[in-house]
Amino acid sequence: MDIFLQLISSGFLVGGIYALIALGFVLIYKATNIINFATGEFMMIGAYIFYSLMVYLELSPFVGFPLVIVCAALLGALVERLILRHMLGQPNISIIMVTIGLSSILLGLAEMIWGSSFRSFPPLFPRKPIILGEIVLRSNLFYGFVMAMVVVAVFLIVFKYAKVGVAMRATANDQVAAFSMGINVKTMFTISWAFGAIAASLGGIIIGNIGGVQPTLGHIGLKIFPIVILGGLDSIIGAVIGGFIVGIVENLAGGYLDPYFYGGVKDLAPFIVLLFILFIKPYGLFGTKEIERL
Amino acid sequence: MSAILEVNNLEVLYNNIILVLKGLSLKVEKGSIVALLGSNGAGKSTTLKAISGFLPLEDGAITDGTIQFLGEELTRLSPHKIVKKGVFQIMEGRRVFEDLTVEENLICGAYTQKKRSKMIKDMDKCFAYFPILKKRYKRLAGYLSGGEQQMLVISRALLATPTLMMLDEPSMGLAPLLVEEIFEIIRQINENEGTTILLVEQNARMALEISNYGYIMENGRIVLDGPVDVLMGDRDVQEFYLGMGHGNEQTSYRNVKHYKRRKRWLS
Repeated sequence: MDIFLQLISSGFLVGGIYALIALGFVLIYKATNIINFATGEFMMIGAYIFYSLMVYLELSPFVGFPLVIVCAALLGALVERLILRHMLGQPNISIIMVTIGLSSILLGLAEMIWGSSFRSFPPLFPRKPIILGEIVLRSNLFYGFVMAMVVVAVFLIVFKYAKVGVAMRATANDQVAAFSMGINVKTMFTISWAFGAIAASLGGIIIGNIGGVQPTLGHIGLKIFPIVILGGLDSIIGAVIGGFIVGIVENLAGGYLDPYFYGGVKDLAPFIVLLFILFIKPYGLFGTKEIERL
Repeated sequence: MSAILEVNNLEVLYNNIILVLKGLSLKVEKGSIVALLGSNGAGKSTTLKAISGFLPLEDGAITDGTIQFLGEELTRLSPHKIVKKGVFQIMEGRRVFEDLTVEENLICGAYTQKKRSKMIKDMDKCFAYFPILKKRYKRLAGYLSGGEQQMLVISRALLATPTLMMLDEPSMGLAPLLVEEIFEIIRQINENEGTTILLVEQNARMALEISNYGYIMENGRIVLDGPVDVLMGDRDVQEFYLGMGHGNEQTSYRNVKHYKRRKRWLS
């Protein structure tokens, strides 16, 4: 039983962090209908920038985080303005290829600048593990989870209540009608790329803080993908719940089943869950179905 | 009275090949309700889209002519800038944001409105026109009835506080009683808010009832225009748009002649 609770709770924490990264996909997909396969690389770049600020410039994390947010927003906005703006109206598959190409470029750039060796952050959080009854939680994981939840909450609130959030959802719903409201749809695209990049890069910092930074850090982005599909590509709540499901399933499978195999069940289990959920709900748990008036 | 909108010799081309407007000109006087009538495919909606800058979104382009709003040229502006200038189009087919609540739809309408206090005041005004929207405030717009959606769409426009409101087929797909209610409110908006209105309609009788001036278009051109009472008296308008027959002219030979006369009038 102890083991079960332990696995569930650390799965929950991991899931919260996944949720933040999943948000990186969803924020962009929701407004622009583009799946950004460079999300993982946005994470990696965010983590490296944070690393550089901390280690080379020796800034405090309280300066580092806002700076990373600014850099990520710029990166996202630039990618949209310089690359994807020109792809408007092109077939979806071409746009997806562009984002895959972008991920390779970012990966290459990161290797050019920071090299391919493994680096770890200076300690950000107190090292003392968090102990709740019989459950022991790694401090990096716990504080990372708290941070991720704060960021997710901020995005949720912005999307739900802020004018720009409402305008972004309107744009996602009907672009032409959004134009007719005086909403600058192209600006909305830029903003959603900036938001997506911010979510991804903050997720990258948290992951980097747990496991260290290297150029392949972004590969975790592929693991996040089932979460996004699971929750429904365009649902923020879906991303959060999908994150928790995958985090917990992964941890349980890793804890109980991996010992019987050579390992690997941990990575496989989320996809099996994904398949089953998609059998029952093809749009994902919370994906938009078109409203049909009868 | 001065014209706030002047369209001169407008030519619109779709996909670089289909000429939809062939030198259309019209004027809208400040504070008036102007009806733009015509049959299907005459180019009424295209005219509105040209004014509000939507053509590039549909592979259309203005190839000639000018659109002047309060002395400013609109032809090269993007849609959101045109809204900021005070021209707001209510698109055909009730384009509510289905996944947003009524409240959020209204917030979108007030997107160009900077002051929150003004928005709240305007919202109350909308609820005075359409009390039902207040009851549906938190509901998703996609689940409203057709009439409620039309009311929401008009309210959204009200919140933008435009100088010129353009409506594309507000009667489409609504029950006759509801159509009458909607038109009455359009008239009230014009009267109370001083909003100038350009109205595109298939339902000519309804449209002319509330308008001051009318344009009739066929094949991408204006073929007839005049103050509403003059138009209402016109034999052709009566016959083709208001569906009034003239006496007992129902022999088959008459119908042939009628057809000929119509063709001559249209060309």
